[in-house]
Amino acid sequence: MSFISNKKIIEKYLRKGMFPTIFCTGCGIGGVMNFTLRAIYDLNIDIDTTVFVSGIGCSSRVPGYIDSDGLHTLHGRAIAYATGVKLANPNLNVIVFTGDGDCGAIGGNHFLHAIRRNVDLTVISINNFIYGMTGGQVAPTTPIKSKTSTTPYGNIEYPFDLSILAKVIGAPYVARWTTAHPGQCISSIKNALQKPGFSFVEVLSPCPTFYGRLNKMGTALDMTKHLKESTINVKLYEKILAEGNTTDKMVIGELVNTDKEDFGTKYKRFCGELK
Amino acid sequence: MTNEIIRLVGKKDLFIQGDEATVYGALLADCKFFAGYPITPATEVAEGMAIWMPKLGRVCVQMEDEIASIAAVIGASCTGVRAMTATSGPGFSLMQECIGYACMAETPCVIVNVQRGGPSTGQPTEAAQGDIMQTMWGTHGDHQIIALAPKSVQETLDLTIEAFNLSDDYRVPVVVLLDAELGHMREKVVLPEVKNIKVEEKIKSNIESDNFKPYRKHFKKSSKIPNFKHFGLGYKTYITGLTHDERGFPVTTSAEVHEDLVTRLIDKILDDIDNVWYYEDYLIDDAEIMVISYGITSRPAASAVKMAREKGIKVGHIRLITIWPFNYEKIKELLKNVHTVIVPEMNLGQMIHPIREVVGKDVKVILAPRIGGAIHSPKEIFKYIGEVKP
Ligand SMILES: Cc1ncc(C[n+]2csc(CCOP(=O)(O)OP(=O)(O)O)c2C)c(N)n1
Ligand code: SF4
Repeated sequence: MSFISNKKIIEKYLRKGMFPTIFCTGCGIGGVMNFTLRAIYDLNIDIDTTVFVSGIGCSSRVPGYIDSDGLHTLHGRAIAYATGVKLANPNLNVIVFTGDGDCGAIGGNHFLHAIRRNVDLTVISINNFIYGMTGGQVAPTTPIKSKTSTTPYGNIEYPFDLSILAKVIGAPYVARWTTAHPGQCISSIKNALQKPGFSFVEVLSPCPTFYGRLNKMGTALDMTKHLKESTINVKLYEKILAEGNTTDKMVIGELVNTDKEDFGTKYKRFCGELK
Repeated sequence: MTNEIIRLVGKKDLFIQGDEATVYGALLADCKFFAGYPITPATEVAEGMAIWMPKLGRVCVQMEDEIASIAAVIGASCTGVRAMTATSGPGFSLMQECIGYACMAETPCVIVNVQRGGPSTGQPTEAAQGDIMQTMWGTHGDHQIIALAPKSVQETLDLTIEAFNLSDDYRVPVVVLLDAELGHMREKVVLPEVKNIKVEEKIKSNIESDNFKPYRKHFKKSSKIPNFKHFGLGYKTYITGLTHDERGFPVTTSAEVHEDLVTRLIDKILDDIDNVWYYEDYLIDDAEIMVISYGITSRPAASAVKMAREKGIKVGHIRLITIWPFNYEKIKELLKNVHTVIVPEMNLGQMIHPIREVVGKDVKVILAPRIGGAIHSPKEIFKYIGEVKP
C-alpha cells in the first residue's frame, strides 16, 4: 500500500485541462482510477510509455483524465484496439479501462479472444451491474430481479460472471475486489501490471445514480457497505466449500495467478525461428 | 526496401493475382501490421500476409472478426506504424463504425475491399462494384475518405503503395477497391522501386501535455492536416472519436467546435483534391460522347471506345482511378463539350449519381448496368455507344 497523498497523485498523473470529471458524486469509478495510479506509482512505471485504452461508457472516460497517451475508442472495442497497440509496439504498457457492458456485452467476443491469444494487456473492468452512461439499462452482469430502466419489473436473465469467464478461458491473472477494498485492489493491479499476458482485474463499484436509485439501495456509502457484505473472499469461500456448505455471495480475491507465455513474446520468437 | 523484398521473394517479376498484389504492395510500402478475417474473395490477402509478414518480423494476426481487425489496425497505427486490413462486402459493412472512427481521430490506415455480389452474403465468388456508395457513405456523419480503384494487377500493387502514402499524408483511411474478378485474376507484375518511405521521428518530447495540440491545423502542406504524434513519445496524445478540440479533449455540445472539426476533416482533402485525384483520359479532345468507368470495367470500356472510334463515332473515355473524393470541378470541365455520358458499372447505378449531379440537365447520362458476376463485354458497352442519338 502506497503512502502518498491524493494531492500528489493528482499533481503527478492527472490531466488538469480535462477537469472536472463527468463522474457523479459517490460514483466508484474515480476510486478505481486512484487505485490504478497508486499501483503505477508504487511500481515506478514510466507513464510516457504507458497507453490507456478504453471503450465507451462512464468507466471508459478514465483515460481522458490521466496525463499519458490515451485511446478512447468505440463501445466494446477497447480490447481489440489495445491488441493492435500492444502487438505493434510491445514496449508500451497497455492498460484497458472498460465497463461491464463494454467488456461483457458488445465487446464480449474481443474479451474472450484476447484472453485466448493471451495478449499482454492489463484489463481493469469496473462492474457497476448496469449501463451507467446511457442512463441505467440492464447489463449482462445485472443480478436477477434487479431493476433497471429496461427491466422495470426486475431482470429475469442470468448474469455473466466476468472474472470466472476470464479464469475458464485461461487468463494467467484474474482478481476481483470491490471499491471497499482499496489496499487489495492496488496490490492486485500491481500484480496484474507485472504479469506478462492477459491480466484481468474486476472491481465491483457503486453507481448510486442509476443502480442505487432504481434498486433503493441508499447512499453511495450504503452501496459500498452492501458490496462488502455481498461478497466473500476466495479463501473463506474454499473453506466453506470444503466443509460441504455453499453461499450466494460473489467470490472476491486473487482468483488466478499463473504463468503462461504471452502472444507478443511467442510471436517474436516464432518470427525469429522462421528467418 | 524493394531490394529486401526482392531478396525475400526471390525475384522481381511475378505472375500473381490481384489479391496477392495488395500483399506485395503492402510489403513494399513498409506495412508493419496486418490484421484480417477470412472472407471470399479477399482471403488470399490474409494468406499472403501470413506467409511474408512473420519472415520480415512484422505482425500478421487473424482476428476474431472484421470489427476487431480494423480496430487492431487503428490501434497499431496509433503507435506510428503502417497498418492494413483486407475484406469483402459483409466484412466491410462490419468495419464501418471503425472507419468513421479513423476519419474522426485522423488515424491513417489502408483497407482493401475485394467487392463481391451483395447485398448480404450474396454472391461470394462473383465480382461486383456494389460498394461504391458504401465506401464513401457507409459510416455515419459527414466525412471524407479516399478510395482508389485499380484496373489491373500491376496497378493494384502500385495503388496499394500509393494508398499508404495518401493515408499518411492526409491522415485518413484509404480504401483500395478491387472486385472478385481483379482479385483472382493473374497477371504479370514487376515489383517497383520504392523510395522515400517516410520514417516518423522517434524523438521524445518534453512538451507540457496541456499545451500540446495534436489536432491543431496548419502544419502540413494543405495546412489543415494536423501534426500528430504517435504513442510512446511522451506527448501524452489523447485520441477520441468524440468531437474534440485542438488538444484532442472531448467537447461534445459546442456547435462551433463540431463544425470546425468536421469541416476541417473534409477540407483537408478537398482543398488539395488535385493532388489526390488520379484519372486517365483517352481520345477525349473531340469527343461528343464520353464513357466514364472505374476499376475492372475500364478494360471493356476502353475496348468499346476503340471499336466505336473505328466506326467514326466521336467518343472518349475517362477512367476514374481515385473514385473518392469525386472531383466535381475537374469532371465538369472534362465533360463540357459532350452531349452524352455513358456509365458502365457492375451495380444498378452508383457512380452515376455524382456524374448526373455534375453535368446538370443539358447532358444525357446513360447507365450501362451489369450485376450477377460477369464483367461487361466490350460489345455490350459498344452497343450503348452506338445507340446514342445526338
Ligand atoms: C455501438 C454503440 N452502441 C451503443 C452505444 C451506447 N452506449 C454507450 S455507453 C453504453 C453502455 C455503458 O455501460 P458500461 O459499458 O457498463 O459502462 P458504464 O457506463 O456503466 O461505466 C451504451 C449502450 C454506443 N455508444 N455505441
Ligand atoms: S452514472 Fe453511475 S457509473 Fe456513471 S458516473 Fe454516474 S454514478 Fe458513475
